[in-house]
Amino acid sequence: MLEGLLIGLQTALSFQNLAMVIGGCLIGTFIGMLPGLGPMSIIAIMIPVAISLGDASAALILLAGVYYGAIFGGSTSSILLNAPGVAGTVASSFDGFPMAKQGKAGKALTIAAVASFCGGTIGALLLMIFAPALSSVALLFHSAEYFALMVVGLSAIAAFAGTGQVAKALMMTILGLIMATVGEGALFNLPRFTMGIMDLQSGFGFITLAMAMFALPEALFLVLNPPKINKGDDGKIKDLRISRAEAKAIAPVIGRQSIQGFFIGVLPGAGATIASFLGYAVERNIATKVEQEEFGKGSIKGLAAPETANNAACTGSFVPLLTLGIPGSGTTAILLGALIALNVTPGPRLMIDEPQVFWAVIMSMFIGNLVLLILNLPLIPYIAKVLSIPRNYLIPFILFFTLMGAYIGQNNATELLLLVGFGICATALRFADYPLAPLLIGFILGGMLEDNFSRSMQLYDGIGFIWERPMTLGLLVIALLLVVLPSYRARRARLRQAGVADGD
Amino acid sequence: MALDRWIALILLGICLAYGYAAWFTMDANLAPFMRRNPIWPSTFPKVLSILGILASLIILLGLEKGEAKIGDIDYRRLGDYHIGQALILLGLMVAYALCLRPLGFLFSTAAFLILGSFVLGERKWHIMIPVSLLATFIVWYLVQEVLGIFLRPLPFFMGV
Repeated sequence: MLEGLLIGLQTALSFQNLAMVIGGCLIGTFIGMLPGLGPMSIIAIMIPVAISLGDASAALILLAGVYYGAIFGGSTSSILLNAPGVAGTVASSFDGFPMAKQGKAGKALTIAAVASFCGGTIGALLLMIFAPALSSVALLFHSAEYFALMVVGLSAIAAFAGTGQVAKALMMTILGLIMATVGEGALFNLPRFTMGIMDLQSGFGFITLAMAMFALPEALFLVLNPPKINKGDDGKIKDLRISRAEAKAIAPVIGRQSIQGFFIGVLPGAGATIASFLGYAVERNIATKVEQEEFGKGSIKGLAAPETANNAACTGSFVPLLTLGIPGSGTTAILLGALIALNVTPGPRLMIDEPQVFWAVIMSMFIGNLVLLILNLPLIPYIAKVLSIPRNYLIPFILFFTLMGAYIGQNNATELLLLVGFGICATALRFADYPLAPLLIGFILGGMLEDNFSRSMQLYDGIGFIWERPMTLGLLVIALLLVVLPSYRARRARLRQAGVADGD
Repeated sequence: MALDRWIALILLGICLAYGYAAWFTMDANLAPFMRRNPIWPSTFPKVLSILGILASLIILLGLEKGEAKIGDIDYRRLGDYHIGQALILLGLMVAYALCLRPLGFLFSTAAFLILGSFVLGERKWHIMIPVSLLATFIVWYLVQEVLGIFLRPLPFFMGV
């Protein structure tokens, strides 16, 4: 391993590759900040550039840099505008945006940067140690377990994302799953629920939906109810420092979430999105009662958890790609395409045949995380200048960027009408206190969930896989408990309260 | 009935329509060889429709008690907010969607940005117009030239 590390360092520290890391991280951060352009589209756009480099290590290093940069940039816009450009940073806006609203945007961005750095670095360390071993664990998971795992993820989201009303969150999750079935699936090659409309043939666009659920209602709320501007808080980002007590509070969160996020990222299909939501949910559950109250209102723990977890998961998602040659997410699938175009086949033999590619990528992860921390921390006050733009200019621009994001991905003007329509529905749902994140997550996972469900149905010729595979059954039981327990606990608490009110 | 239960009623309707499509219309033209499969294209939607109907009924019938909270905006007093501005902006977005192709990116975007800030009460034309034009051009340049995604810049009667 030491030999490999040295080869990696030698490759990664060449002038060209250093420039690739820095350039990739910068491009990723800036584009990732624009709501709507997620890492997938940025990487897809960068592929021609990467392939024209002609060197597999350099190409992979560049694309990986763009990937972390985009995730970091996405969290910046989640925190400042509540407009996550990337599904993996949706959870960061739960607590990051309230912090920004309270005038603590600088602190929130610092926490995000530090948490991302730690998550990414610890993730890369784990990748280095566990990559060979983890491939065998991931191999144990069949589609039945993937299906069950996704059900667990969705129920966890429904149980924790709502404001104490599980039924509403569950309804939104199911609605997201229903929306995911619209269009033509890979498994059946049949258009479903398109109502004969051509533009629905490929389903709803993820970016369109994400914009409509988050960016558009937020902009409309800004219009409807202009925030009272306090003097002295004119969007200036100050107070970037975190105090010793805060550092102490988030350190264990970062430690736990780096590890948890990494292992979730290793599982194909799970990825940064689930890692961040699960990380948020877990930290909220194990926090003390007082701290739990803080979650959703600007808790530093609630911000550090998803930020750490999503970066660790990004690193983790490289494990199946590099060791098995199986992409676990859309982003790594695009990376796989780029590697094959460069005549490198990722898989178990990559470490033997092309050690310099494998180790250079790992070393570049350390360098990339350092670059993000060093470049972005001092740049934060400038990045955050977005907040001091007057509202009269900011709102048309937010609306314009949501429109552009939806349009660029699909090049289809119908998408824009869908965006406005869904945006109005989302605003109404927000009025009625329905949580919107579960809908989007259900939508993202819907396709994968159905694919894995169908595959296990086919393998076991029916529903038998649920009781024939103990791991599947166990995971499904956990999912059920996650949904039922909160309402049971709420009911008991209410009964107890009622008893007290009776006064005997 | 509160707004959240009205919405639950609408969602129940959606789930019923969805369930009807899944249970009664989708399997009709399924190829015979696909009928032997343990899973049909309609299997997953069938499960979803049942779950959806259950969840919307729970909300509609108020089986899960939750305290009604008033968020950032109280929809019962919608008239107190700048509802007019919001509606005009939504209208502008629809107009933008319809004009983007025929009138070209540069004109539509500049008009959208200028009108948008005008609706919000901006009257400093000497700042508003240059900012909008500059931003429009920069975005167009980045998307078209740097990223290589085609955006028709000019109206349809002036070339591409």
